[in-house]
Amino acid sequence: MTTLTIKLLPAENEYPDLSQHHNHMSKVLTLKMYKKLFIRSGIDNPGHPFIMTVGCVAGDEETYEVFKELLDPVIEDRHGGYKPTDKHKTDLNPANLKGGDDLDPKYVLSSRVRTGRSIRGFCLPPHCSRGERRAIEKLSVEALSALTGDLKGKYYALKNMTEAEQQQLIDDHFLFDKPVSPLLLASGMARDWPDARGIWHNDNKTFLVWVNEEDHLRVISMQKGGNMKEVFTRFCTGLTKIEELFKTKGHEFMWNEHLGYILTCPSNLGTGLRGGVHVKLPNLSKHSKFEEVLKRLRLQKRGTGGVDTAAVGGVFDISNADRLGFSEVELVQVVVDGVRLLVEMEKRLEKKQSIDDLIPAQK
Amino acid sequence: MTKNCHNDYKMKFSLEEEYPDLSQHNNHMAKALTKEIYEKLRSKSTPSGFTLDDIIQTGVDNPGHPFIMTVGCVAGDEESYEVFKDLLDPVISDRHGGYKPTDKHNTDLNWENLKGGDDLDPNYVQSSRVRTGRSLKGYTLPPHNSRGERRAVEKLSIEAMTSLDGEFKGKYYPLKDMTEKEQDQLIADHFLFDKPVSPLLLASGMARDWPDARGIYHNDNKTFLVWVNEEDHLRVISMQKGGNMKEVFKRFCVGLQKIEDVFKKHNHGFMWNEHLGFILTCPSNLGTGLRGGVHVKLPKLSTHPKFEEILTRLRLQKRGTGGVDTASVGGVFDISNADRLGSSEVQQVQLVVDGVKLMIEMEKKLEKGESIDDMIPAQK
Repeated sequence: MTTLTIKLLPAENEYPDLSQHHNHMSKVLTLKMYKKLFIRSGIDNPGHPFIMTVGCVAGDEETYEVFKELLDPVIEDRHGGYKPTDKHKTDLNPANLKGGDDLDPKYVLSSRVRTGRSIRGFCLPPHCSRGERRAIEKLSVEALSALTGDLKGKYYALKNMTEAEQQQLIDDHFLFDKPVSPLLLASGMARDWPDARGIWHNDNKTFLVWVNEEDHLRVISMQKGGNMKEVFTRFCTGLTKIEELFKTKGHEFMWNEHLGYILTCPSNLGTGLRGGVHVKLPNLSKHSKFEEVLKRLRLQKRGTGGVDTAAVGGVFDISNADRLGFSEVELVQVVVDGVRLLVEMEKRLEKKQSIDDLIPAQK
Repeated sequence: MTKNCHNDYKMKFSLEEEYPDLSQHNNHMAKALTKEIYEKLRSKSTPSGFTLDDIIQTGVDNPGHPFIMTVGCVAGDEESYEVFKDLLDPVISDRHGGYKPTDKHNTDLNWENLKGGDDLDPNYVQSSRVRTGRSLKGYTLPPHNSRGERRAVEKLSIEAMTSLDGEFKGKYYPLKDMTEKEQDQLIADHFLFDKPVSPLLLASGMARDWPDARGIYHNDNKTFLVWVNEEDHLRVISMQKGGNMKEVFKRFCVGLQKIEDVFKKHNHGFMWNEHLGFILTCPSNLGTGLRGGVHVKLPKLSTHPKFEEILTRLRLQKRGTGGVDTASVGGVFDISNADRLGSSEVQQVQLVVDGVKLMIEMEKKLEKGESIDDMIPAQK
């Protein structure tokens, strides 16, 4: 909500009470630093049971510049010491990925890569107006409908969906619903739901784009089994084509050489990429060194329901922990190599053999 | 008017592009907000920066409610009702029985003007309660206020309440400092209010910074209760078991007067004007902001085919005993006045007292297997 009230109250009166808070914003925001900042989400949501949340969002591309005093330390804390002078590398060439086409499908149930993109010239979901959101949808639908070959597909606007379409999308695990997470609601990204929100996917259901959810675009490539190389190739090809199509309409993606791709949540800066697998690790996950191994491999675990869930039946969502300071190829390589090692470890433990010699050094 | 750069930025989009899609909507705002009105008001802003989109956001995000016709818009400050009158006047008229922009509202908090009301049958009436809201002049309202303003409202409120004595003497419990024990006690007393979960409230922004500067005051007898910074700056409640509504209303009026005096001393008296009465966040609470009611057992009457009609004619409404978003349980209903604006506090409580008395007589008749046809009232 916009507030340009001329406040006659001193800053101390306005400074939030962060004594119960445990997120990146609260660690960084001193009274001295406090101004009129976009920190709503982090105040309303002190913490999360499973993860250290960021607690702040960007409302537009300029946010990262205007509020750098707050956001630079948050970025540094969240992205492993990334400095204001560091440069980020983008590499969306799938040929640079080594291997990744043969993760054992007896363990790796599915593979997926997702990222987000913001369209330059528009405000981001916490702040955009209905007019902007609709313009983003219109542009996106035009761009996506020009895709051909195995990327050819269809757009389903959330508000026009038939019951049958909705059921199908649910069965495919494609449908996204109005956010219920208080983290997202407090930032204002659910305003005007379901206006100008929608899902596009190709006929094969292996390439999927969400429009106007947490970011302008979320682009997802996925399939059953362990052929991450194929998933990543489709991902890169699709993204590149979409970017070209936007350019023909005079729009580019928000990007700069320091922060890479600009997205709503500071945690997604850089590549915005989360590449991962659903993998069966019932033995390894109970091993006392499991967390340590993940950390050294620069991987993170989630439940198979996504970020706010716990694992079920020994099946974990394992993905790259980093987003910024590494390229897309590097991050997917980390996943491919790491998961291969985890599966080896699982096999050893099945045979009641030790895995001590397999424990990796910190990557 | 303060320059609102975000609102100006939105003006570069056309009316068509910005006008909300209200095709699935059924609330007062959606009925009233034509494209013409949107066009006229979209460039405006109150002095504190509240805009048309701020007013309507809750109604856009919440198309409808299963039990009630919701309002779908809120005020961010006292000036909202003036700056956005082209939208809010029709909403007010629709919600408050045709109330016109030229009408005057009558305030009467003189409890002695209430006739009877001290003897509703406690075999049927389990409890009696009167609540209202108050806004402090000079501060913006819960959908819009800053932390600093909210804290200032709390500070003043604490001063006002700690000045109370006699039957009003009590204690203030800030939400964020509450011990487990205090919390359990307040829950057991049905006093504790929790962070809103209703999407109607969340979408309007009134839960920001929870639980900062929110709290509950109650007297030692637990018959006078004040909520600070929930949906309004203040919610004032008088309640007790049984059917002595007169006593409840007397305590209500006396308590309100006492705390108003303290706020006036600080030049933050209550927001009020002669057209809209007391100014509150939700347009449905304008006028008296008063909901006076009882929990009453009407198992037979409530299943009678004319029950709804009787309530309408008596200008009463029913709710479940859990409050506005609930259904009734075991034949016990929350019966209260339907009106807020255009009649005074005394008049509204009188309707409750007279109406409930009549309904209990009807219930007793139905218990004996007798007809109630000769008792059906004319439209009040």
